[in-house]
Amino acid sequence: MDEVLEILENNARISLEDLQKLTGKSKKDIERIMKNYEKKGVIVKYKTIINKQKTDNKGVVALIEVKIVPQKDVGFDLVAQRIYRFPEVKSCYLLSGTYDLLLEVCGEDINTVASFVSEKLAPLSSVRGTATHFMLKKYKEDGVILVKEEKNQRLPIAY
Amino acid sequence: MISKRIKKVPPSGIREFFDLVLGMPEVISLGVGEPDFITPWRIREKAITALEEGLTSYTSNQGLLSLRKGITNLLEKKYSLKYNPEDETLITVGVSEGMDLAIRAIIEPGDKVIVVTPYYVAYPALVEICCGKVIYLPTKEGDGFKINLGKLKSLLSQNPKAIILNYPCNPTGITYNRKELNQIWNILSKKDIVVISDETYDELNYDKAHVPFSSLNRKAKKKTILLNGFSKGYAMTGFRVGFACGDKEIISAMTKIHSYSMLCGPIISQIAAVEALRARKEIGQMQKEYKDRRNFIVKEFNRLGLSTVKPQGAFYCFSSVKKYKISALDFAKKLLLQEKVAVVPGTAFGEEFNSYIRISYANSLENLREAAARIERFLSKL
Repeated sequence: MDEVLEILENNARISLEDLQKLTGKSKKDIERIMKNYEKKGVIVKYKTIINKQKTDNKGVVALIEVKIVPQKDVGFDLVAQRIYRFPEVKSCYLLSGTYDLLLEVCGEDINTVASFVSEKLAPLSSVRGTATHFMLKKYKEDGVILVKEEKNQRLPIAY
Repeated sequence: MISKRIKKVPPSGIREFFDLVLGMPEVISLGVGEPDFITPWRIREKAITALEEGLTSYTSNQGLLSLRKGITNLLEKKYSLKYNPEDETLITVGVSEGMDLAIRAIIEPGDKVIVVTPYYVAYPALVEICCGKVIYLPTKEGDGFKINLGKLKSLLSQNPKAIILNYPCNPTGITYNRKELNQIWNILSKKDIVVISDETYDELNYDKAHVPFSSLNRKAKKKTILLNGFSKGYAMTGFRVGFACGDKEIISAMTKIHSYSMLCGPIISQIAAVEALRARKEIGQMQKEYKDRRNFIVKEFNRLGLSTVKPQGAFYCFSSVKKYKISALDFAKKLLLQEKVAVVPGTAFGEEFNSYIRISYANSLENLREAAARIERFLSKL
């Protein structure tokens, strides 16, 4: 992966000046590279990873396995589209294995998620079955460890 | 009670400064000579498994054959450099032990050893412990801290037994390309001199590929003891694994001392090191981060007026404080007390480097940025 992308993936808030110092590229070049990535859809969005466990707005997250009936000609895509358009669905993946779609669904509490499943998702004619798993604790997200971090035990000074 | 030989070895002149740093909490330390990364998990996991499997015995004196083979394979792959893992390779307890063994194996009392300055602190001390005589080969900022060939030539008239090379270099971060190394070899080859080449930072080389001294030609290989290890490139300082490669006569002599003094390197660490050799991806990631930080810190320091020769490897830069007309030790002490940033005074690496400080950029970008801001504030008050 390109150096600029690697740095941004790790820190989307890094300043142009710092990017310049880190890569040795000119400010103009970096702006051009970033614009290009944004245009091509390589950079989709600049987001922040929030450890919700530490905020007061906790909510609940569920991973929902969905078994669906593929449709003629368009396969899974159209059904998936029907499902990922629900605002409750945060992520949606097509998988191999015993079920077809894996959804990440967020809600205020268990009831919100339960009613989403029972009132919106399950009644869809192409949905054959669902299994909902509520998330209890997040240890790691997007490569970032959310629980107690390992600390380097280095002495402050050494040759 | 203490032998005269040991009494003669001077203690580190900046011990007092180190104690000052150790006693001060919440310091941003740019004085650490080891990676800020924790050993990659796959390496640690291997060590844990080895413990679970009860692999807690001695190994052969030379070290696990699987590790020696892994090392020689990697050297061949990376540098087309061939060593026999059976009798030309020895696993040591870090490069420090390798250096000690190399010097002990070849130095008679009174033998002279060339040490290039600024030097890693252990070199002169180890030579002196063997009753050898250190002759210094100074390098200057104006020469990019590289060996001056004329000076090297003139020192050879003193018939030194050995020369210690270290590149990428601690503390300057400079390294040599093939052409420069060939020039050095052309001078050395006129004399019967052993080259002890400490290449412990070979994995941390940012601009050009590293060239081991022993890869120059067959004669150079015969005369060279290659020392390297896992501490820096693989972030495994605490595991204490190094290795020595060289002519089998020298390796056999080093193994003899090692077998009586150390017996063998710790088996858990050796097993972890075998895994480390496979962790190329993790090593590459760390290398990339160091490179970014190097670019950052060199730009910042030159901007602040601390003239800095751009290091090509390791994770140090050796910056001049000459402009501020202050000694390195005073600079370091004041910076520590006023702004809680620790750097190592250049005098630790040779007494003539009284207007230089060594900065280690093995630290997070946030810390480096904060340290640079504090140094800027400090300089504005000087």
